[in-house]
Amino acid sequence: MKRRDVVRLLLKNRKDLLVVAGLGSTAWDITAAGDSPLSFPMWGAMGQAAMIGLGLALAQPKRRVLVITGDGEMLMGMGSLATIGVQKAANLTVVVIDNERYGETGMQETHTAHGIDLNGVARACGLNVVDYKDLPKTIHETKGPNFAVVKVDAEKIPLVLPPREGALLKARLRRALLGAKADAV
Amino acid sequence: MWPEQIHRELSSAGVRVVGYVPDAGHKRLIELCQADKKMRAVVLTTEEEGIGLAAGAWLGGQKSVLLMQSSGVGNVVNVLGMVRECRFPLVTLVTMRGEQGEFNPWQVPMGQAVRPVLEAMGTVVHAPAAEAEIVPTVNAALRLAYNSYASVAVLIPQRVIGIKSFQDQAAR
Repeated sequence: MKRRDVVRLLLKNRKDLLVVAGLGSTAWDITAAGDSPLSFPMWGAMGQAAMIGLGLALAQPKRRVLVITGDGEMLMGMGSLATIGVQKAANLTVVVIDNERYGETGMQETHTAHGIDLNGVARACGLNVVDYKDLPKTIHETKGPNFAVVKVDAEKIPLVLPPREGALLKARLRRALLGAKADAV
Repeated sequence: MWPEQIHRELSSAGVRVVGYVPDAGHKRLIELCQADKKMRAVVLTTEEEGIGLAAGAWLGGQKSVLLMQSSGVGNVVNVLGMVRECRFPLVTLVTMRGEQGEFNPWQVPMGQAVRPVLEAMGTVVHAPAAEAEIVPTVNAALRLAYNSYASVAVLIPQRVIGIKSFQDQAAR
């Protein structure tokens, strides 16, 4: 499968879904699908995408939260799956777009190219592991925390860059989500 | 006692999310936060996760605090870059090891590096010298962080925590 097609499908009819994307290719993927103030594309802090999703999900229990990240980023924050498993955030889904490569640094193989099974890790941590075909429904409806690995082609494709200023990305999401409360003390 | 008083400060500031990697010095405060129905105490596998947790909670409109031992400061260095770049408010309460009267030599290098490491990454460091200063300092840290979008760490001195040996630590 092609990663951009997968992410476009996940974000189709996203409504008021809150989206966190891990640094690198998945941040470009969500931007290619259509940038939104309710997206938080990361440019650093590798390993923290799922935890930002958890913090957001705990703070906004009535909203659905989707983390889209890469296999390398998820591997760096694998402990966060244990933390998410303890917190049982029902409104959180984490999707790993797995090309078995570190895409930004020369397409070196990650651990998943050698059989390391992130679905197995997530399952052992108590997350609800779902199939790709069920994801569009899962993201919006299924009690989580949900998790899926989607295997995609290892391809080099054009960059589609979101805004890069961190303070802007933070402030625009808070304003879109919280309205006037975003600026209240 | 200062853990009860810190808990009251967190509560009156509206802190709702408490990320922590346990430390003997934070034992009582963690218990108080776990028992507080308005707070979500989140046990972390590494302190680094607490930065993402705090950032996500703030994106969602909630205040948080992060509790760790001084050794944990070394685990959060790179992700403090996100805190600075995004101007996320962050309050970290660090119970110190590797300073006055340390009995474990492996604690000393990181303990002694806490202040320069945090300052190098743009975190404001408050270091109350005595027990009576801890609670007013936490109060000030909460205000600085959440009124001014700053990352602030309060270093709770080892002398105040008062653990003097492995046996003493295990007994707590």
